[in-house]
Amino acid sequence: MLRDLRRALSRERVRYGAADRTLFAHDASVFEGGLSGPICFPESTAEVQDIMRIAMQHERSVVPRGAGTGLTGGAIPLGAPIVVAMTKMDTILEVDIANGVAWVEPGVVNLDLTRSLSELGFNFAPDPSSQQVCTIGGNVANNAGGPHCLAYGVTDAHVLAIEVVLSSGDVVTLGSVRGESLGLDLRGAFVGSEGTLGIATKIAVRLSKNPPAVRTLLLSFSSMRDAAQTVSDVVAAGIVPAAMEVMDREITNAVENYVGAGYPRDAAAVLLAEVEGLEGGVEIDSQRIVEVAQSNNAKSIHRAESEAERALLWKGRKTAFGAIAQIKPDYYLHDSVVPRSKLADVLESIYEIGARHDLMVMNVFHAGDGNLHPILLYDGRIAGELERVHAAGAEIVRACLAVGGVLSGEHGIGVEKQPYMEEQFSSDDLDHQERLRRSFDPMCRVNPGKVLPEGHSCADIQALRSIPTGVWG
Amino acid sequence: MTRAELAPTDPVLHSFAAELGDRGLVSIAGRGTRWSAGGEIAPGVQILRAPTGIVEVSPAEMTVRVRAGTLVADLNDALAEVGQRSALPERGGTVGGAIAVGEDHLDVLGRGRVRDSVLQVRYVSAEGKIISAGGAVVKNVSGFNLPKLITGSLGTLGAIAEVVLRTNPKPSMSQWLVSCDADPQLSFNTLYRPSCVLWDGSRTWVHLEGHAVDVAAEFDGLRHVGKFEPADSPPELPAHRWALTPRDAASMTSVEGGDFVASIGVGTLWADRPQAATPIDAALNVVHQRAKSLFDPTGRLNPGRAV
Repeated sequence: MLRDLRRALSRERVRYGAADRTLFAHDASVFEGGLSGPICFPESTAEVQDIMRIAMQHERSVVPRGAGTGLTGGAIPLGAPIVVAMTKMDTILEVDIANGVAWVEPGVVNLDLTRSLSELGFNFAPDPSSQQVCTIGGNVANNAGGPHCLAYGVTDAHVLAIEVVLSSGDVVTLGSVRGESLGLDLRGAFVGSEGTLGIATKIAVRLSKNPPAVRTLLLSFSSMRDAAQTVSDVVAAGIVPAAMEVMDREITNAVENYVGAGYPRDAAAVLLAEVEGLEGGVEIDSQRIVEVAQSNNAKSIHRAESEAERALLWKGRKTAFGAIAQIKPDYYLHDSVVPRSKLADVLESIYEIGARHDLMVMNVFHAGDGNLHPILLYDGRIAGELERVHAAGAEIVRACLAVGGVLSGEHGIGVEKQPYMEEQFSSDDLDHQERLRRSFDPMCRVNPGKVLPEGHSCADIQALRSIPTGVWG
Repeated sequence: MTRAELAPTDPVLHSFAAELGDRGLVSIAGRGTRWSAGGEIAPGVQILRAPTGIVEVSPAEMTVRVRAGTLVADLNDALAEVGQRSALPERGGTVGGAIAVGEDHLDVLGRGRVRDSVLQVRYVSAEGKIISAGGAVVKNVSGFNLPKLITGSLGTLGAIAEVVLRTNPKPSMSQWLVSCDADPQLSFNTLYRPSCVLWDGSRTWVHLEGHAVDVAAEFDGLRHVGKFEPADSPPELPAHRWALTPRDAASMTSVEGGDFVASIGVGTLWADRPQAATPIDAALNVVHQRAKSLFDPTGRLNPGRAV
């Protein structure tokens, strides 16, 4: 198989050394147990087709991979599959203003795309915290979000068409840049499928116009409940800001130590709210948000006075995860969504769960979407700490589900949340999810062993996992 | 939470599932506004109606839970009472029908796509089971996206019983404008976020929504593009819906055999005759056929129709 792969690509672009296999057995999650086969770096759709066909001939599975920033183990290879690293397919192929679309290869970095569109007056709306390194292909696989998805929607709303290599090696285009695409929305089914339905080789993303006016508000509160209530009341008042992000006291102080963004250190919670649009409406909405905050006992209200100050506030928010390193060497980041009106209650439960497991908990989250990101701090060198983190994490997930929430808002299921799928969905529901998966990939050879829990999963990954390390070397 | 609690408890949904059963040819009728979409229904099919009723309107969550047989007009009335609106087109049909067909509202640029607004769908499978897909919150990537597959599937994969839709605040002002001398693409480019821009080969219509001050500012900006006058409503739309690239829609000057109206920036075009069919790609058709045979192994759901 190695010979076939190297003949199809090149010797340099098919790696199988021990160091590479170890590296590519991991992603940004804490999960161990990955086992990588050969790692391929295709440069064209035709090469991805070749890889798929070679994999089929040798009855091997394949795992597509972007920048490896996923937090749920979605890109971890299980059972020594061929890893297909898409990072060399990183060209912005065409920016087509007249059709409001840009065709990009999957390895294009999210922020690089937005920067190149910005000069033309446009942007790609999804802006995950990892946007400096994560790829558009990875964004499609995870249906990535970010702070600014409150008003504009997550990746799915910004992807019009996708060229995909199926497990058969055939190339199809899902969706269309022509009008609204009627019929089975295979494009919509593909976005967020965590690399299990095929490998995206070209993506048509929607161009969003840059807003003429932006107003960024920094609001602080003496209690998390007041901040959460403000978020809920703003939406109930019929205002949909571009973003509403909340940080608690602990993470705010960590951020201040790290970048000095200008957040108040003494508040129990800070709310970063951003309104975009035309000047008049932006002024009205930001004033109404201030009034809602005041009615919820806001401690301080500040408007960013310059683009530089706005950029600094966002830098603080987006580097929050990096700031944690000064407190503990490791952290575990959760991701779940609850109804906005339940935010305050669920946050109280989360702090209580952390205390009970003797873990420091911080919260920085997309409050406007009800998308929580509880962070559990730990030291992986201390025996038993990660186990406590997992135990607390399980309770947090259940607390979110109990109020009508869902398992994940933007990080996906991967291997992290597979065991919890049966707590959100019935076995009949999961059976239908598997039917969707099999519609694309009947033999389940693309990224097997992910998303669906065992018993529903369409590949017997346990058998594949028994392949000994070194089988390729 | 136990497994038993995961199944929907609404007895109305269970009655619908029992009525549909697990054998015999069935089709779900709404109000028939798009009854021939996907082909004519085969003879001898039992016609059923989906359950009706608005279960819960939650403006603070920007969601509504509604049963599929409810009229879109009734849904929109209930939402308007709390200052919200949906992405569904209102043409006399039902919520389930609108989602099964998947066509967007004329104001798709302002309201968003129908398929992006379906957060959760509960449908009855070909085996007569109630399947829940998606979640009742505005952001969700928990598992495979069945709501996307069901939306636009013309009832061929499952019988839609109930949905949770994302809603949006109703704008405080709405204004249609029309011009006889404005370039449609330039009009679209000049505006920040129009809800709709239409072109019939000689006139350009613009729909502005939002704060009064923003509507006035956008109107003012159009003075450099052409002479726009307030209009009561959009033009009458011809019957057949075409899909073009936005560029082709904007450069259309005539359609053989009748009138047309093109949606600028979207690419939908309405004409007096149907668009010439483009054959589906063979590899894509394999996926379509596999989905149909997996979700409806005996072919009992909406026989005669194809997506």
